[in-house]
Amino acid sequence: MLNDRDRIFTNIYGQNDWRLAGARARGDWDGTTAIMARGRDAIIAEMKASNLRGRGGAGFPTGLKWSFMPKVSDGRPSYLVINGDESEPGTCKDREILRHEPHKLIESALIASFAMGAHTAYIYVRGEYFHETRHLQFAIDEAYEAGLIGRNAGGSGWDFDLFVHRGAGAYICGEETAMLESMEGKKGLPRMKPPFPAAMGLYGCPTTVNNVESIAVASTILRRGGAWFSSFGRPNNCGTKLFSISGHVNRPCLVEEELSVPMREIIDRHAGGVRGGWDNLLAVVPGGCSVPLIPASTCDTVLMDFDSLRAEKSGLGTAGMIVMDKSTDVIRAIARFSRFYKHESCGQCTPCREGTGWMMRVMYRMVEGRAELEEIDMLEQVTRQVEGHTICALGDAAAWPIQGLIRHFRPVMEERINAYKRTHGEGTRLAPTPANLPVPMAAE
Amino acid sequence: MARVTVDGIIVEVANGSNVLQACEAAGKEIPRFCYHERLSIAGNCRMCLVEIEKAPKPVASCGYPVADGMVVRTDTEMVRRARRAVMEFLLINHPLDCPICDQGGECDLQDLAYSYGSDHSRYAENKRAVQDKYLGPLVKTVMTRCILCTRCVRFASEVAGVPEVGATSRGENMEIGTYVEKALTSELSGNLIDICPVGALTSKPYAFVARPWELNKTDSIDATDAVGTNIRVHARGGEVLRILPRTNDAVNEEWMADKGRFSFDGFKRRRLDRPWVRVGGKLRAASWQDAFVAIGRRLEGVRGERIGAVVGDLCDAESMMALKDLMTALGSPNLDCRQDGAQYDVSRREFYGFNTTIAGIEEADALLLVGCNPRREAPVINARIRKRWLAGGFPVGVIAASGPDLTYDVESLGDRPAVLTGLLDGGVGFAETLRAAKRPMIVVGGAALAREDGAAVLAAAWALAKEVGALTPEWHGFNVLHHAASRMAALDLGMLPGEGGRSVAGMMSGGVDVLWLLGADEIGPGRIGPDTFVVYQGHHGDAGAARADVILPGATYVEKSGTYVNTEGRVQIAFQAIFPPGEAREDWRILRAFSEVIGHTLPYDDIETLRRRMVEVNPVFSRQGLPRFGAGELAGPAGDAGAVGSAPFSQAIHDYYQTNVISRASVTMSECSRIYSHPVLQAAE
Repeated sequence: MLNDRDRIFTNIYGQNDWRLAGARARGDWDGTTAIMARGRDAIIAEMKASNLRGRGGAGFPTGLKWSFMPKVSDGRPSYLVINGDESEPGTCKDREILRHEPHKLIESALIASFAMGAHTAYIYVRGEYFHETRHLQFAIDEAYEAGLIGRNAGGSGWDFDLFVHRGAGAYICGEETAMLESMEGKKGLPRMKPPFPAAMGLYGCPTTVNNVESIAVASTILRRGGAWFSSFGRPNNCGTKLFSISGHVNRPCLVEEELSVPMREIIDRHAGGVRGGWDNLLAVVPGGCSVPLIPASTCDTVLMDFDSLRAEKSGLGTAGMIVMDKSTDVIRAIARFSRFYKHESCGQCTPCREGTGWMMRVMYRMVEGRAELEEIDMLEQVTRQVEGHTICALGDAAAWPIQGLIRHFRPVMEERINAYKRTHGEGTRLAPTPANLPVPMAAE
Repeated sequence: MARVTVDGIIVEVANGSNVLQACEAAGKEIPRFCYHERLSIAGNCRMCLVEIEKAPKPVASCGYPVADGMVVRTDTEMVRRARRAVMEFLLINHPLDCPICDQGGECDLQDLAYSYGSDHSRYAENKRAVQDKYLGPLVKTVMTRCILCTRCVRFASEVAGVPEVGATSRGENMEIGTYVEKALTSELSGNLIDICPVGALTSKPYAFVARPWELNKTDSIDATDAVGTNIRVHARGGEVLRILPRTNDAVNEEWMADKGRFSFDGFKRRRLDRPWVRVGGKLRAASWQDAFVAIGRRLEGVRGERIGAVVGDLCDAESMMALKDLMTALGSPNLDCRQDGAQYDVSRREFYGFNTTIAGIEEADALLLVGCNPRREAPVINARIRKRWLAGGFPVGVIAASGPDLTYDVESLGDRPAVLTGLLDGGVGFAETLRAAKRPMIVVGGAALAREDGAAVLAAAWALAKEVGALTPEWHGFNVLHHAASRMAALDLGMLPGEGGRSVAGMMSGGVDVLWLLGADEIGPGRIGPDTFVVYQGHHGDAGAARADVILPGATYVEKSGTYVNTEGRVQIAFQAIFPPGEAREDWRILRAFSEVIGHTLPYDDIETLRRRMVEVNPVFSRQGLPRFGAGELAGPAGDAGAVGSAPFSQAIHDYYQTNVISRASVTMSECSRIYSHPVLQAAE
């Protein structure tokens, strides 16, 4: 269990003052100029040494990402865009940073922007986070007023401007290139890659897009050293991480823990255990609704990190755990996910646009059992047809939960179908909509 | 260059190409819906997926840049499965109403479904239906068929320059439309029909008319403007059912203006299908023989200088040649093609041609438009200017009357020719822009020449071109933009008043006793003197025929084989697609037949001999295409550059959809005119 002295987010519960004075008391904005004085190469080297992997879900090494930014400008400015469009169901970590630790984010944004040669950074905040945006904006205003950011930020000689951009409620705008489109005032449609944002991002300029959490930890890492950060967790899965636990636990919570902590330890120790005891556990979605669920049998042993969950054919994602006990209708739960993806698909790529709706409709029939047994295989095939065939990862995210469901709960689905057949008889798969009624002879 | 291996075939493609182009270079056909060579890349249909070595997932080849040493496979199980998957997704919500769909037979979705489609559907749910949208009188929509490739959105915003089409909603609920229901305000809207890969956007006038395999296709040239758009006339049973563009990168790329595409229903209406002779003040139907005799009698004893001829805007070079020879035989110097009264200097071809060439626009780096609005006068050329402008670094200055938005940013310099003088003496700042440009272009429009000081404007524009360095051995930046299809050929053949001859204005008000109008309807026939005997040779009962004493029914540009010279000076031959109606005949044959009646038999019995005669008159007709002529000599055209008047320039075309006899006879065009040129004013709510 993580020691209190090793916590990065010491005010994540908002028990203390989130404003500048409180943040300073907790050590934020302490020696920021000295960190920047080390130079951008040293900062990036330190970030690489910390082995920090992106906290937004994909887990791309953050230091490496920063190093992709051009060292010498070709005339175009560079931008840092901080992704606070936290819309993944089951995830609520960025929100707490935005409202309780905004100065940690602002300070880290300054350092990160300096390290990648950006004089301007934008924080794209989910539109629903109204209160959080107000906190953040207040904190930014404080920082400007205290001379910590702005022209010659904190006396570092670096000009730095930070802007908050509010989203309008589309999940897809959390995808980095869709976010850039959205910020440019267009429809949030993900862009084709290449070119990658580091070459051609916001307004066609070199841009790095990082998650709020990935940026917010940077100041502490640089203050305490990359070696300190990478001393937590297992190799390749280093550092501390915010875990949000929701669902059928006794105390749903957000907690900072080191990576590679056993899942059971997080649930039992921090979230007060599964409702009705560990044996009442059915399944856990470990990383936001985009990753396949894992059944209770694996939850005993699995570690909460990238590689361990990957080995279980799931993923760490955003580490937003959704715990389901045995009262859950797991088919219905996944069907709800499918509805979410159908609603949030941007509609650009054919497989995702058409596939999400198809999957959702079949899933809702599966909830009732109003399906044929072979349709489970068909549904599985459809998810494979969507997965990996689209511009962004939303198609994958829509496919994976269903794949997880079929992988682990196929008998439940089959039983549901058989039960429906027992009560309704054969051949009643489809609802008798007008389109399916027998065609009258006269119309033929 | 990058070496790419495609299915074992090594090809070299330019750096910056995409994988799809590399595959095509290797002769591999890649299925696609959203990708279009002339539009930006969207990469959203996912049909063009290929396998690239070391890539974990199939890659959309249209949007993936090539790299040296790349290994691409287009025919693996992974690729086939991916494409079949995409096809299945496209079809689950597609209505599959091919039997009643106008795209049937020329539908990309239908064609590719043969290769990648399944024989049955696994989709047991209800299909999506989408409400149809209103896009104006030309484009019909059946939006349920739409596969959301967004080609139309990209065409409208990129090529046509009217960002009025877009997608609303997202996911399954995404719909293409204009959001506010209104007609597309583009002269290029018909191209949406061509680029739509499915039957979502089809032609309204062609709806439920024919299947593509029933049509006879004939290559032709669009004569409704002076661009010389390459077209293909689709006809069945002697009736033109639609007109589509042909690809010609030097002229129209693959676009076409709406007037040329949709005015074909005018071929059937108000046609002159038999000769008429005015007897006792009334036109009576007559035989060819009677009509010729009537003209012959009237010509008896009339001296050559009392006979005149005017050629119209749609004429082919052959009939003009025949008319010119006839007039020469009759001893008449009164010949003119300038219905609008424009002033040209034909001593050198570069004084009246679009010398930069249409493709050359893309090499220019500054543009000055003088008295022209290319959006109305030549929409396809306007699209090319916009294409150049989109590439960046292309300042455009305009001296013209205010007209419709040109679809690119312009610096308005005023509407009077005096601005030219100001540019010459440096009083107007845009002169610096032109001077700084390496390859500046100056385009003089019809409205700038069709005025009293036309010669002076021409001379001033040339002087300015010389002054700003637009005339070099490598670059010819002086251009005249015509809007009449016949004008260039007419000037090349010398359809101008001879020694002591009268111009159009001189032939009016009794200037001549016998006036031969070859398709000339735009001269205001009311101005012709009451005692003048008018022979109208043409195809439509328009203004000219109404004034005529004898009507000789001729052929439209699709009903005869003819040579056309576009505004660049490009010689192009159109083939005959259908026969003229009734007793109407090809125009040069009418003139040849008449010449025999009056004993001045023209020396050609077939069109080949006539074309040899044209070559004798002007060697540019010796071959099709664009003869090279550079800016060798700098001496300018006749006219005093300092004598420009003070009257503002006017618009050459007020109603784009009603500029010639065919479009005035077309129901579709009058509908367009009603909607676009005379919009009903609505109170702002």
